[in-house]
Amino acid sequence: MSAVDGKAGRGAFLTVFLKEVRENLRDRRTLTSAFLTGPLLGPILLVLLLNVTLNRELDKAEKPLPVPVIGAQYAPNLLAALEAGGVVPGAPVADPERAVRRQDADVVLRIAAGYGKAWRKGEPVQVELIYDSSQRDAHTAVERVSRLVEAYARQQGAMRLVARGLSPDTAWPLRVARRDQATPQSRAVLMFAMLPYFFVITIFMGGMYLAIDLTAGERERQSLEPLFANPVPRWKILAGKLAAICTFSTASLLITLLAFAVVGRFIPAGKIGMELDLGLHFGSCVLLLMLPLVLLLGALQSMVAAFAKSYREAQTYLSLLMLVPIIPSLVLAILPVKAQAWMYAVPLLGQNLGIMRLLRGDGLGAQPIGLCLAGSLAAAALAVLATIQLYRSERLAISA
Amino acid sequence: MIEVKDLHKAFGTVKAVDGVSFTARDGEITGLLGPNGAGKTTTLRMLYTLMAPDRGQVRVDGIDAAVDPLAVRRRLGVLPDARGLYKRLTAGENIDYFARLHGLPEALLASRRDGLIEALGMHGIADRRAEGFSQGERVKTAIARALVHDPRNVILDEPTNGLDVMATRALRQFMARLKEEGRCVLFSSHIMQEVAALCDRIVVIAHGRVVADASPDALREATGEHNLEDAFVKIIGTDEGLAA
Repeated sequence: MSAVDGKAGRGAFLTVFLKEVRENLRDRRTLTSAFLTGPLLGPILLVLLLNVTLNRELDKAEKPLPVPVIGAQYAPNLLAALEAGGVVPGAPVADPERAVRRQDADVVLRIAAGYGKAWRKGEPVQVELIYDSSQRDAHTAVERVSRLVEAYARQQGAMRLVARGLSPDTAWPLRVARRDQATPQSRAVLMFAMLPYFFVITIFMGGMYLAIDLTAGERERQSLEPLFANPVPRWKILAGKLAAICTFSTASLLITLLAFAVVGRFIPAGKIGMELDLGLHFGSCVLLLMLPLVLLLGALQSMVAAFAKSYREAQTYLSLLMLVPIIPSLVLAILPVKAQAWMYAVPLLGQNLGIMRLLRGDGLGAQPIGLCLAGSLAAAALAVLATIQLYRSERLAISA
Repeated sequence: MIEVKDLHKAFGTVKAVDGVSFTARDGEITGLLGPNGAGKTTTLRMLYTLMAPDRGQVRVDGIDAAVDPLAVRRRLGVLPDARGLYKRLTAGENIDYFARLHGLPEALLASRRDGLIEALGMHGIADRRAEGFSQGERVKTAIARALVHDPRNVILDEPTNGLDVMATRALRQFMARLKEEGRCVLFSSHIMQEVAALCDRIVVIAHGRVVADASPDALREATGEHNLEDAFVKIIGTDEGLAA
């Protein structure tokens, strides 16, 4: 009857860690969430969405564009010019305003009856483009028709000047030359504003069921009390469990990065002048930036789950917690701000800015990386300490 | 040996334990008897340092629980009121987990586990996952888990709760064996027959206080009742919350 005093045998930390990993590897729900739905949902969703969007944009830019025209007979030359640009004039509609609002047509062209008379007199004439700018889908079509009409107008104007012996330049004393500094990569950023959130969600889902199990689950199946009767300090038990959570969420993150790298090749970004690099360099940088978040989120999840009395309650709380990391992504999407150095030190925001910079192909210096890691690690340390404190409480262990 | 001196514990305004003192000696079975809600479980929780007492002292083999709780837990084998097992682990793995938390080297662990599986008649379930275990199988596994580090002191909270006749009988025999091995066995119960049949010493708790602490014979003598059941009712003042 000897009490074994700490000699030989595995350490408590490792024992708890290995047991948690083994136990959770046997749980189908955890496995699906950590290794399948969590990490693959983002990439698949993204590639589907992008393909649909891109193909539609491409279609619209190249394909014949049917446009109902009212009063086509008054302006045969204009129509010929439009047709040359790929517009297919359609039958007039009775109520064009209603037609565009009901999305029966993206855009309707209306030519006034006095067009021919005014044209011959050399007076300015008006053609109307009727569209609904709140229909994002119609945007490309409207742009195309309006560009064609304007080009026709400029061309005709120039010809009139030439006929009067004037240089067309007299009519255009000023010309705007656009020099777009967007690189193919930075154009892609607009479409990928939600990418950082996908990574956070993945980490979240990877560790979620373990975090619930850690406190609420153990309590519900009444195993926390016997566990705490063992001669192991509670913080060591917590450390082992946190390590297991972090292992699962890191694995999820790795899978999702790998999936993005693969999926990145199937996105026809090049066709619309974008460049997307989701390869090894991008992946390893994201991993580095995200590692402190793995710990921070793991600790936060355990803390929140510890307040719940049951598994279901913990699930509800954690789903709410999952909405928090969306805030920086949303804020940045709505209010594009210029990144200040201090922003990198804010957990989540820093990762968001960093990943966006990587996507733009700007590269990430040592300073923002350092700030990002330091800020998030400090927050993670605080969260871990708070969780340890919570874990010490007497009430935690007592079931029911 | 477990010594308890003047333990107090209150939850808000409710005094769950209000001055409990007793001693459980080696080589004896000590029964903690009392109606439901008398403060038995709270007292035991303070013994295995899950809760800290508001006042009073717990000593296990002379070690003060407030000073060195880890050393106390090392000397205790505990079957708490909550018997939760890890359902996705087998009975054997459940036992191994606790053995490793006690720091047992792997070779010793294997021999202890096999010994307990033998002693508790768990051959059929050792390699089965705990999901779907019967109440009896759960209790056996939980007891094996609690004793795998070969503790000198054993605390069992309502060990026969929910067991059928055969399982109860087997468990009582097992407790008698622990006593013969010279261990200090402390268990709580609200079942009088059980306490009377097993105990060398009975500590009766009611309303958070010790109302009697004696051998079964002495209890009978003191109350002047020949029947132990009548003796208990007389001591506690009511038969509420007790089972025969």
